[in-house]
Amino acid sequence: MIPARFDYFAPSTLDEALSLLSQHLDDAKILAGGHSLIPAMKLRLAQPAMLISLGRIKSLSYIREEDGQIRIGAMTTHYEIESSARLREICPLLPECAASIGDVQVRNKGTIGGSLAHADPAADWPAAIIALGAELVATSTNGERTIHADDFFIDMFTTALEPNEILREIRVPLPTGTSQAYLKAAQPASGFAIVGVAVNLTRNADGSCQMIGVGITGVGPKAYRASAVEDALRGKMLDEQTIKDAAAHACDGVDANSDLYASAEYRRHLARVCTRRAIEAALRANRG
Amino acid sequence: MKTTVRMKVNGVEHSHEVEPRLLLVHYLRDVLGLTGTHIGCDTSICGACTVLIDGQAVKSCTMFAVQADGAEVTTIEGLASNGKLHPVQEGFWECHGLQCGYCTPGMIIAAVQLLERNPNPTEDEVRHGLEGNLCRCTGYQHIVEAVQYAARKLGSGS
Repeated sequence: MIPARFDYFAPSTLDEALSLLSQHLDDAKILAGGHSLIPAMKLRLAQPAMLISLGRIKSLSYIREEDGQIRIGAMTTHYEIESSARLREICPLLPECAASIGDVQVRNKGTIGGSLAHADPAADWPAAIIALGAELVATSTNGERTIHADDFFIDMFTTALEPNEILREIRVPLPTGTSQAYLKAAQPASGFAIVGVAVNLTRNADGSCQMIGVGITGVGPKAYRASAVEDALRGKMLDEQTIKDAAAHACDGVDANSDLYASAEYRRHLARVCTRRAIEAALRANRG
Repeated sequence: MKTTVRMKVNGVEHSHEVEPRLLLVHYLRDVLGLTGTHIGCDTSICGACTVLIDGQAVKSCTMFAVQADGAEVTTIEGLASNGKLHPVQEGFWECHGLQCGYCTPGMIIAAVQLLERNPNPTEDEVRHGLEGNLCRCTGYQHIVEAVQYAARKLGSGS
């Protein structure tokens, strides 16, 4: 499969990339790891006239702690996150989510920023960054702004990024929850999430739920925060029945997708089961 | 618009004018004549086209040649040295880790990276580490044994 022709630029600085993008808003696409875009181009589902590769901009690959946040450069690969010993200590949800993506080769090349900007409705990262209450830094020739994860995903393959913006950084507030898990019912061939649930929670000294974030991907046209699940657990003792009752709200207000593999009804059922299991898994993985 | 791409493949510098849409696997096979890297599914699933880019296993059907500009690439042709098989190649030979052989180059490259990251993997870790490579013949058992053979061989320093 041969993609359609395109012009290729690989600038070495973000400023150059932004400037190029601003001059070619209608026909340019940003190339990160390419593991969503290139398959789409090979199928000619995408035919951008120009690719602006961020592959040479080394300053976009990092994981660091700064100003009470974990800051991850958009070009950081899934493998770099999966293999980060520091993230395993301070936010194991990120490496756990990374490790569930694709396969070894895909994780070597695919990036967190590319995945988020692509906004595949079955991608794993969106669930995690919503559960973590992350902020995304979008930059353009006009300056920079932060977008909360809850506001980033607009629709299937559509984000809040403007055509002239590049996603530069992902910021996760510290400390993160002491009980975290990512649980996915994976499509057995592709590994993508039929349903993926990320949980980030912290308990009070008496065991009750102090803080909780639940992000769900795969169910609807975009990943979302399961607010009704969170509301049903915040302040409560996390016993089996309470968790089960809360998880029943996993798809409240969500229009579930239906495809060859999973009907909408099955997806809703899976979402409730996976949400319950993800909360239970998070509690078992407690670092508190 | 053609672009110049330079890369070191199996230790040899190459430079060509290519179309940006040329996939790395086509560059390796059709421009450089290194046909050991196979095209299987052509959809990033099967792993037959796996090569090492700066030491990392990558599916070369899902990368443009221009993205490898400046990189060091290792294909199956680059593993043996002075006529001596790489321990992973030797493992596949000794343990009969192949039948038709189509997946083998990618499987061996993925196994090389696996053993670099984890020199002493359990059976489960071998299977998990090769999840990006499909084999339709062997049922994987002999492939796992081949990788474990190589791990022992590399561990013994010989």
